[in-house]
Amino acid sequence: MTITDQPTTTSTSVIGQRLLRKEDPALLTGEARFTDDLQLPGALHLIVARSPYAHARITRIDTTAAAAAPGVVAVYTGADLTDLWAAPMPCAWPVTDDMKSPAHYPIAVDKANYVGDAVACILATTNAEGRDAVELIDVEYEPLEAVVGLEDALSDRIIIHEDLGTNASYTWPLVVEEQEGAVDRAFADAAFTVKERYVQQRLIPMAMEPRAVAAVPQPFGGDITLYTATQVPHILKVMTAITLGIPEHQLRVIAPAVGGGFGSKLNVYAEELLCTALSRKHHVPVRWTEERSENSMATVHGRGQIQDIELAADAEGKLIGLRVKLLADMGAYLQLVTPGVPLLGAFLYAGVYHLPKAFSFSCTSVFTNLTPTDAYRGAGRPEATYAIERAMNRLAAAVGVDPREIRRRNYIPTEAYPYEAYTGLTYDSGDHIKAADIAADLADYDGIRAKQKDQNVEGSTKRIGIGMCSYFEMCGLAPSRVLASLNYSAGGWEAATVRVLPTSKIQVVTGTTPHGQGHETSWSMIAAEKLGVAVEDVDVLHSDTAISPLGLDTYGSRSLPVGGVAVAMACDKVIDKAKLIAAHQLEASAEDLEFSGGSFTVAGSPDKTLPLAAIAFEAFTAHDLPDGMEPNLEAHVTYDPPNFSWPFGTHMCVVEVDTETGSVDVLKYVAVDDCGVQINPLIVEGQVHGGVIQGLAQALFEGAVYDADGNLQTATLADYLVPAASDVPSITLGHSVTPSPTNQLGVKGVGEAGTIGAAPTVINAIVDALSGLGVTDVKMPASPINVWTAIAEATASSGGDVGGAASAPDTSTSATSGEDDQ
Amino acid sequence: MIPAKFDYVRAGSAEEAIRLIGEHGDEAKFLAGGHSLLPLMKLRLAQPSVLIDIGRIRDLSYIEDKGDYVAIGALTRHHDVEHSDVLAEHAPLLAHATKHVGDPQVRHRGTIGGSLAHADPASDLPATTLALGATYVAAGPNGTREIAAGDFYESFMTSALAPDELLTEIRVPKMNGAKWNFQKFNRRALDWAIVGVAAWRNGDSAGIGLVNMAGTPVLATAAADAIASGASPADAAEHAADESDPQADLNASVEYRVHLAKVLTRRALEAAV
Ligand SMILES: Cc1cc2nc3c(=O)[nH]c(=O)nc-3n(C[C@H](O)[C@H](O)[C@H](O)COP(=O)(O)OP(=O)(O)OC[C@H]3O[C@@H](n4cnc5c(N)ncnc54)[C@H](O)[C@@H]3O)c2cc1C
Repeated sequence: MTITDQPTTTSTSVIGQRLLRKEDPALLTGEARFTDDLQLPGALHLIVARSPYAHARITRIDTTAAAAAPGVVAVYTGADLTDLWAAPMPCAWPVTDDMKSPAHYPIAVDKANYVGDAVACILATTNAEGRDAVELIDVEYEPLEAVVGLEDALSDRIIIHEDLGTNASYTWPLVVEEQEGAVDRAFADAAFTVKERYVQQRLIPMAMEPRAVAAVPQPFGGDITLYTATQVPHILKVMTAITLGIPEHQLRVIAPAVGGGFGSKLNVYAEELLCTALSRKHHVPVRWTEERSENSMATVHGRGQIQDIELAADAEGKLIGLRVKLLADMGAYLQLVTPGVPLLGAFLYAGVYHLPKAFSFSCTSVFTNLTPTDAYRGAGRPEATYAIERAMNRLAAAVGVDPREIRRRNYIPTEAYPYEAYTGLTYDSGDHIKAADIAADLADYDGIRAKQKDQNVEGSTKRIGIGMCSYFEMCGLAPSRVLASLNYSAGGWEAATVRVLPTSKIQVVTGTTPHGQGHETSWSMIAAEKLGVAVEDVDVLHSDTAISPLGLDTYGSRSLPVGGVAVAMACDKVIDKAKLIAAHQLEASAEDLEFSGGSFTVAGSPDKTLPLAAIAFEAFTAHDLPDGMEPNLEAHVTYDPPNFSWPFGTHMCVVEVDTETGSVDVLKYVAVDDCGVQINPLIVEGQVHGGVIQGLAQALFEGAVYDADGNLQTATLADYLVPAASDVPSITLGHSVTPSPTNQLGVKGVGEAGTIGAAPTVINAIVDALSGLGVTDVKMPASPINVWTAIAEATASSGGDVGGAASAPDTSTSATSGEDDQ
Repeated sequence: MIPAKFDYVRAGSAEEAIRLIGEHGDEAKFLAGGHSLLPLMKLRLAQPSVLIDIGRIRDLSYIEDKGDYVAIGALTRHHDVEHSDVLAEHAPLLAHATKHVGDPQVRHRGTIGGSLAHADPASDLPATTLALGATYVAAGPNGTREIAAGDFYESFMTSALAPDELLTEIRVPKMNGAKWNFQKFNRRALDWAIVGVAAWRNGDSAGIGLVNMAGTPVLATAAADAIASGASPADAAEHAADESDPQADLNASVEYRVHLAKVLTRRALEAAV
């Protein structure tokens, strides 16, 4: 079922169509060129030697044997290359003025700080020879005790970066109180309180294409082209120029076809800097391709937080206060936006609920001897949503109402939009009850509740549960001034150029960098809609800083609400200019011209008409343009959004838990997402499908596991369980359409919504199924052993199957956490 | 993901394979479907200097009714075992268990002989053939010999095969209408079992093989004896792990594995009616 309000955009012929993606034939036939596909005669292969220790002093490196091996051109240690770096590797988000950040260079010099940290590198004529030779580099280590746990890190028992004097990188507080003491008062006055601790396990992004880099110097003049599997060629160009101290205008960055990123390619990596610097040094192309297990260790991880959340609610269960304390895992170093990720969530801890100004948040971030963390699909927002949505179920239990009801009581009412939240951010739109009702219908919420009464009885080993989550996505990163207030080092604008070629074909140049999202299709549809041309007549150019010099790339569900809107605005500018030419040609006043279906017509004289194609050719010949007008028909726009965009929705999930084995069967998954106007519903659905599976994977399958010495136990796809199609349910989609009022397309963004909603939905369902056994929490991932252990612990402490409570949902358990304050 | 350097030779017959391995000695390995060996080589956990490819020895790919037993050539692909009419009739437990091996790609490349010779206790077919009381035939420079499945698995990934012996045939006794069931417990469809159970019963005889419950596949004799002498599935299953010596790993603790073995054995015995 789909409920569609009339979008507010102009009469749509192209927008809203389910067009197949333009980019897919090349991808599906293998014709698309990824970085590793590039043919680069004479290229040297970079191989990186990596530390097998999580924490070790490098006492000696003997490169003689490796240097003498067949095919080896050079072997370098960290010390050999210090001259190449003008600055350490960049962190663009110093969240506090006193944030501690260790100097981080592409190759470690005297200490390795995680398994996978680069300790030396080889240039070889073939990859195979290089891989053989790298084993001959003899590194002598003095192993040190590794810091693996977050609380252990915080204790400073062992300090990883001695010069910093502590493992704590920063503490970032955000307290919003109507009057001082408002939070404490809320908790003192509360009829119900909930206090929970949740653990966000580390995740490995596992893009289908691991990273790959190729740096190609031009024969003369010092220019370099850097091909890399990145989400951020524009940002990378700036950062590479700064880090290597090379003139930015001599650097061109190209992201060829890129096989997924999920945030892991939103970074500046050692290998990108090494290839660029070494290709300049050796005057030949230098390339590197990551192996899968290397990707598990040397590409950033996501999540990694311990969350303490406390809710205070009045007698009806309405939120009156919220406390959040995070302990976040930075890993061994700060990568590009590492410290900012947990803070992005700070704004979403009250979810879609009305919270008075009684909010206290604090995040302390610590270094560990593990792979650095950074943005991963949702970046801070799935974590926040998980905490509030799990805690809301505990509140429902404490109050004694159904999880749907507790949410209904707390949702920000539709009439309140635009709604200024406790944080000062304005949420543009929302209709949470509607989204929840659509989801409940699709999931047969009441039917499942009735079925539970029959099925979840004493002795039953197959218990069903239903879980839900309502969320905001917070997309469209970001108004530049908001980023400034968060100490982020860049803006959040996006650029677009729209060019009508002499033969009236359209070129759209965008600063976004698609790597699976389908921008070529969606941007073509926007231009086609605006300019009245066929989608096939539009070409979208991107991901090459020489062709698209201005841009801030793709992450944070920003591309459509920022970059796509910029394309629409540039089309408007093209139309404005074309109108002046048309007025000149038709000897009419511009005000009297109407533009539709790709032609200008003089109002009231339907025969006086001029198609855009004719105007484009006029603009090209420039034989007869209005006085003073520049030739050619193109326009450029840089758009800085006035606000984030606020997609919202509700997910529901029905599970059956085998209580004997702990295995979880997802019987039904419903996702109702309101991302505003949908340019191409097919692409929206694809994004939601992928996002839900990724969130469900966090809930059920994935987790980077380390042993006590900091060795990654899940470096291969046999151990890191990315689910396959056969392991996940089919997803029932519903949607509502509440156009964003902040942009002309009414669009909001959808890339991360699925991920944000899925993990709490699934875990809430599992806990619901097991509530009759006294289970109130299950550790993620809810693997069979974790579920089985949760059941065993709950039954041990409650003395067996609680007969009476067995048939009721989550609401029947008493929230021990709330009792002392009642 | 790039193996260490190795040489490659292809054998056209069993005799040639045995001659070649004699020539190349200890550092040589047979390559059948490659779906266990090549991943180890790519991780450089195995570094044979010569691969002797036996994958194209057509004469060793067959499934034949031999009266009391079914003879399966060692190079028979999992896919062919899975879809064999002879096995469907006479050893359906083996055909069915084979369906659970990896995914279609794995089953089109991997061979039954490779799976058994690899002697991975987490693999499905060693425990299944063990439960069925199969006999394996090995050929070496001094001729052929038969090895009972029960004598074949010596320790973790170590079989009774001499380095220069080739596994040529698997002989599976006909099940003669026995009731059977196969339980595979894993987290993703293509994964190895966390615990697996292959069970059959026929009047007063029964066999139960356990996957991933020790360094070798395990014959759960106590549980099989109990069910054969009339115990209920639940009571018999209590003894399922008596012969086991499981390890802990990312998916299971020792305690949980033992628990799973009992639950899955009970379910298998309940279903095998
Ligand atoms: C993704 C994936 C998933 C899998 N999932 C499962 C699963 O769920 N269950 C399961 O049971 N297995 C699974 N497997 C393993 C699969 O069944 C292998 O194919 C099988 O274990 C080995 O058979 P092979 O023919 O590929 O042997 P190879 O890899 O070629 O050889 C394995 C070893 O046996 C030796 N060898 C092979 N043939 C002979 C012979 N005739 N005589 C003597 N020595 C020989 C080789 O020298 C080598 O040491 C999986 C494999 C993969 C890649």
